[in-house]
Amino acid sequence: MSQTISFHYDVPGDDFTRAGEASGSVKKALKKVGLAPDIIRNVAIAMYEGEINMVIHAGGGQIDVDIDPDAVRMVLKDQGPGIKDISLAMQEGWSTAPDDVRSLGFGAGMGLPNMKKYTDEMEIESTVGVGTTVTMTVFTHPREEAVS
Amino acid sequence: MKKVTVREIAQTCGFSVLAGADALDRQADRVFCCDLLSFVMGRAPADSAWITVMGNVNAVAVAVLADTACIILAENAVLDGEARSRAEGQGVPVLGSPHPIFDTGLLIQRMLED
Repeated sequence: MSQTISFHYDVPGDDFTRAGEASGSVKKALKKVGLAPDIIRNVAIAMYEGEINMVIHAGGGQIDVDIDPDAVRMVLKDQGPGIKDISLAMQEGWSTAPDDVRSLGFGAGMGLPNMKKYTDEMEIESTVGVGTTVTMTVFTHPREEAVS
Repeated sequence: MKKVTVREIAQTCGFSVLAGADALDRQADRVFCCDLLSFVMGRAPADSAWITVMGNVNAVAVAVLADTACIILAENAVLDGEARSRAEGQGVPVLGSPHPIFDTGLLIQRMLED
């Protein structure tokens, strides 16, 4: 693979049954490209958590994924309420999800921590009342500093 | 630890096949028990036999993305229609166990340790 492959997805809001379609599609594409299973799994988990967050908190959003020889980059953008305190949101167990979401098995305050855990780089830009953009990168091979 | 196929788990433990009959050759090498999908996403090992009572469409999505070998619904928990069709479409084997979660896991663990 020498070129960048790009995907765009519109994630519908308030539809839990469709959450996972975008990440499932990217997972299939990464399998075709032939990336290592653990790299594919990291991307799939991080992106699914992002999709779920969009559905729970932001009424949906947009995801752009670029796959190139060095990395998989995901940009998840929504026009939701924004995150007031990002450091608090990054803490495991902290959640503002409503009860109906918890009854489905989500809302345990693990979404953003999981996204950070399964990616090599993650940045969150959020403005209250405007929306949130999360940019995540998973490298397709161990970085030099990680090897040494 | 040795690996067992989902088919062997179903046959040996007497679990029913609720969905994904075409994918029963998938191998599992450990057991993972949890109902909270947020935890499962972050912590279920790939190729694990995942035991839960959550039989909804989100559980199937989690199994696909976290790459578990199968879903095993303990306590005769129901696999709803939407989840069943998603599991069939995605090739996720789903088994049904009449036993509680721990007992279900123990049966599989004994197979893995034999």
